[in-house]
Amino acid sequence: MSVVATGRLEGALRARRRAGRRLLVPYVTGGLGRDWLEVVRAVASAGADAVEVGIPFSDPVMDGPVIQRASELALAAGATPRAILAELAGAGLEVPLVVMTYANVVARMGYRRCAEALAEAGVAGAILPDLPVDEIDEWAAVADEAGVATVLLAAPTTPDERLARICARSRGFVYAVGLLGVTGEREALARSAAQLALRCKARTDLPVLVGVGISTPGQAREISEVADGAVVGSALVRRLLEGAGPSGAAAFVAELRAALDA
Amino acid sequence: MSALPDARGRFGEFGGRFVPESLVPACIELDAAFGEAWADPSFRAELDELLTRYAGRPTPLTECRRLSERLGVRVLAKREDLAHTGSHKINNVLGQALLARRMGKERLIAETGAGQHGVATATAAALFGLECTIYMGELDVARQELNAFRMRLLGAEVRPVAAGSRTLKDAINEALRDWVASVETTHYCIGSVVGPHPYPYMVREFQRVVGEEARQQCRALTGSDPDLVVACVGGGSNAAGTFAGFLETGAALVGVEASGGAAMEHGLPGIVHGMRSRFLQDDAGQVLEAHSISAGLDYPGVGPEHAYLGDHGRARYVSVGDDEVLEAFELLSRTEGIIPALEPAHALAWLVRAAASGEVPSGATVVLTLSGRGDKDVAQVMERLS
Repeated sequence: MSVVATGRLEGALRARRRAGRRLLVPYVTGGLGRDWLEVVRAVASAGADAVEVGIPFSDPVMDGPVIQRASELALAAGATPRAILAELAGAGLEVPLVVMTYANVVARMGYRRCAEALAEAGVAGAILPDLPVDEIDEWAAVADEAGVATVLLAAPTTPDERLARICARSRGFVYAVGLLGVTGEREALARSAAQLALRCKARTDLPVLVGVGISTPGQAREISEVADGAVVGSALVRRLLEGAGPSGAAAFVAELRAALDA
Repeated sequence: MSALPDARGRFGEFGGRFVPESLVPACIELDAAFGEAWADPSFRAELDELLTRYAGRPTPLTECRRLSERLGVRVLAKREDLAHTGSHKINNVLGQALLARRMGKERLIAETGAGQHGVATATAAALFGLECTIYMGELDVARQELNAFRMRLLGAEVRPVAAGSRTLKDAINEALRDWVASVETTHYCIGSVVGPHPYPYMVREFQRVVGEEARQQCRALTGSDPDLVVACVGGGSNAAGTFAGFLETGAALVGVEASGGAAMEHGLPGIVHGMRSRFLQDDAGQVLEAHSISAGLDYPGVGPEHAYLGDHGRARYVSVGDDEVLEAFELLSRTEGIIPALEPAHALAWLVRAAASGEVPSGATVVLTLSGRGDKDVAQVMERLS
């Protein structure tokens, strides 16, 4: 399967998986602190296989307190989708970029204009948690055309028939939501995480990454025994809110990387 | 128009089901359960029985003689203020609580602005022996302290929401977040014609009783349908229920928003709270805060059916400011001995203005939905007027 036909995000992740690597996608809130782009660069070099950048939204219903707070701070500092994409365009990363935001941000810009703006900024994929598979067609058609992979979410409550549709329509990778709940750190890995990862793996050859509730290097390693890798958001953003900066963020991502490689 | 929404929950381009995947199966299950229940005569009979013997339906249609004389139009008030818990919210909540029990859910959660929906939900939870958590913006808890206490008296837990504008919009966000985590055991009892499909449709159907009763009562009283039907609009449930009874008549339909939350007048199409509708938002799609003296209308969006009815010209949406609302609040109190909630005082404020300007011709017959009573607002109005 050629990289061109499958898209940049999927191609890059598949190549790394083929090389035996467990995948790691850290999440950073765009516009959080003046040095946020430095943070993106730092985590990319510290062992990420792709970086997920959040475009903050005023009403993030899928997010827990940490990412809500980060979004509020970024918005209060004047973050806009256009400004974040303009900065990302100059990021010069070795790994693919994936944007996470909510449907209204994309709808306000206009689906086609937004897909084109993402492509122009060098963004390889988009995660839109409030555009489920039944509502995705209008967006996905223009995103496909622009070469932006639409990553769909699967949830522990998703029945088999829907899961098959989600796996078939997702591009880049499948984002398996590890637990019933919003983003945030949890003490232990939920049992639902491995169960859902296995259900996804049985239905697709796309990389399957688990996110939501993956907070520690140990949890990332544990879930990567059944999934192809992990998305880590709140645990990293909490460190940024506590002032970790680019070097602290890189250190945490390096810890996650080491656990995955061990 | 009453055939809408379609199977995907669309009212034209509005509506739909824009929620995280975790919630989609629950919305599909709810849609199926509501469809079955609504077609089941035993469910309908049980709900009717509750509405009659518990909630006090039918509520009267009151001929407002002194007010009519003052305005030069014939005002008939649909008295939802006389329903149990003091507003139309009970109609929807009893329906959803019955449905939750039928679906085997053990817990109800709800958002509330002014507290009327929270009180109604806590009431139904008490009646059915269900656990109950109410999300209410911190600002609203402060201005509707008594309602927050009422909910606690009824056995509900009230969780103040400190995020964002600390009002209704943020209470909905927090209830959705609760539901994402608790969906297997919990029913989210949305209080207005907002949210993902089937809520805008289901809540309208549960509120349809307001419009259907009013139409029959108006015919019995006057011999014909009214010229005009007026109701206030936050998310728009009392208006949707009222309009549902008159869509097929020749009556003009007018929805009245608070000027600081006029999503129909100033909102742009968008996707928030699970639905495509109109929202007050900035160029980047960030939702703006609404501002109104009435916590129940302090919402930057509107139900998708209203967005549709407005775009197609079947209903017209207007807005009024806080000062006119306070005057209307006093006017109804003094001419009819009815202290209205601040929300329906918006509908009356517009009627006062439109009757004075001749926009509503003198002698017209007007059905105005008095969606709730004003006890909850008396302290706030006292402060404002003193």
